[in-house]
Amino acid sequence: MSEKFNQQQYDKTVKEYQPKPSLIGNCLRAFLVGGSICLLGQFLTGLYMDLFNMTEREAGNPTVTTLILLSALLTGFGVYDKIAQFAGAGSAVPVTGFANSITSAALEHKSEGLVLGVATNLFKLAGSVIVFGVVAAYIVGIIRYVFQAIM
Amino acid sequence: MDYVWAFVVGGGICVIGQILFDIFKLTPAHVMSSFVVAGAVLDGFDIYDKLIEFAGAGATVPITSFGHSLLHGAMEQAEENGFMGIAMGIFHLTSVGIASAILFGFLVAVIFKPKG
Repeated sequence: MSEKFNQQQYDKTVKEYQPKPSLIGNCLRAFLVGGSICLLGQFLTGLYMDLFNMTEREAGNPTVTTLILLSALLTGFGVYDKIAQFAGAGSAVPVTGFANSITSAALEHKSEGLVLGVATNLFKLAGSVIVFGVVAAYIVGIIRYVFQAIM
Repeated sequence: MDYVWAFVVGGGICVIGQILFDIFKLTPAHVMSSFVVAGAVLDGFDIYDKLIEFAGAGATVPITSFGHSLLHGAMEQAEENGFMGIAMGIFHLTSVGIASAILFGFLVAVIFKPKG
């Protein structure tokens, strides 16, 4: 009983000393950085459309590749983590955050060797995205396929 | 106008992610996984295509478009090859992103030294 009481008191005391994150400030920073990354993507799409006479859909592939390359390089230089500290979800939600999670997981385990360290841990964080994406797309795909067959 | 909507919609999706971080205390991995699932479900109702038409890179750059591309590739192949097409096409449109992320991630890990 007293243990539970202490636990509650502890939670209360800890809460007083925790820095109160400002939700609005965090959201504003996420909005600005996330929006800017998408703006860069839109700019790249326009550039590839003009340079190589691509449609907007065709230009999507080189745009994503460029963003991933930039993100991997910035992660290597240690810059992306600094952006992430500032931007929160603004740098995690765009596809650059996916590339960052792959590169940083690989870098972190470099000391364990190329095979057991880098290659094994490459998808340590990004794996969940691929697993849930494929499972969800598979299920929705089956539902849509059955619906189209019935209609 | 394309650029304005790309900024606003892309930023808006990130704000939803930030709210999930701060209020629902989800980890980045949870948020990214949820967003991919959301993208696939929205594409299931043909909503995500309309968002891309409207916002361009504002909808294709966030990770939600990964779920959308997974389903899109699957449905394209399913139209040609029937039921097995779902499995054949699921990585059809996303392979560029995954392959380049693996290649660049690996190369950077080989070349650079870990910081911090």
